[in-house]
Amino acid sequence: MAFTNEQLERYSRHIILKEVGAKGQKKLANAKVLIIGAGGLGAPAALYLAAAGVGTIGIADADEVDLSNLQRQVIHATADIGKPKVQSAKETMEAINPDVTVNTYHTFVTSENVLDLIKDYDFILDGTDNFPAKFLINDACVMAKKPFSHAGIIRFKGQLMTYVPGQGPCYRCVFKNPPPKDAVPTCKQAGVIGAMGGVIGSLQAMEAVKYIVGAGDLLTGYLLTFDALKMEWRKVKLPSDTHNCAVCGDHPTITELIDYEQAECTDH
Amino acid sequence: MNITVAGVKKEVEDGITVAKLIELENVETPEYVTVTVNDEFVESGSFAETVIKDGDSVEFLYFMGGGR
Repeated sequence: MAFTNEQLERYSRHIILKEVGAKGQKKLANAKVLIIGAGGLGAPAALYLAAAGVGTIGIADADEVDLSNLQRQVIHATADIGKPKVQSAKETMEAINPDVTVNTYHTFVTSENVLDLIKDYDFILDGTDNFPAKFLINDACVMAKKPFSHAGIIRFKGQLMTYVPGQGPCYRCVFKNPPPKDAVPTCKQAGVIGAMGGVIGSLQAMEAVKYIVGAGDLLTGYLLTFDALKMEWRKVKLPSDTHNCAVCGDHPTITELIDYEQAECTDH
Repeated sequence: MNITVAGVKKEVEDGITVAKLIELENVETPEYVTVTVNDEFVESGSFAETVIKDGDSVEFLYFMGGGR
């Protein structure tokens, strides 16, 4: 499929980049990315992936837009309050770029549905707000051999890492098990500065785009952390020894998906 | 002796353990922090016995659960 003149103009700033070019833009058009969580991280990621011309974007979220979401979840507007987040996100993405096909999944991600959800996608973005979901997504992506971007934000801090099968540690290599419920504060208890979702969610979209077009180095084997109060970034090297990991190691002890007790932010 | 903690060079007493360093650094939620020394994981049950050596580089990795 050749690009129309309109598409050539729309994507001209991508096509002129030697790392993308018309070839990379075609890869984006043929790519399928799943965003789990249409919130602080997922909202900016979805906007940039739609604008970038990622051909198929899946978005999964069980919730409806709430007034307290709008401080950071920039894909939703005041008029969307009460609407399923996936519907609101789909409408905004389609308004930005009619080239994009958006698949919506108005559901929580569980051990029952996660493998089915991710199976048709090339890259997964974890934009969830709780540890049970983050571990579930990690384990499912390891088992299904899917690359994904992990991220977390709280207060004025954020972090992310990228997992690509066979290329370094997974989330569970670094964090063995979810902390007990309420042991580590959630964003509702602790708060989060709105722009942090924009910073870190945009970087997740960046990793997805780089993965798809094959540009540069991904955050595999590194945890990138950001402290906005100090305006300090750190790219922390992670141990490369993954042999003993319970899920991605040589002799995995976790061979079935686990639904840990939920302790999510109830205000989303 | 001199070590590096989260990218910052520090002088600490000889023979300091990971557990003692966690205390000195006021690590948040110390029970749930992941520690690496020279890019190797330190088992979470062995912080009290793991002695840091001169020139070591220590990192603290924190759970960050928010996102929506």
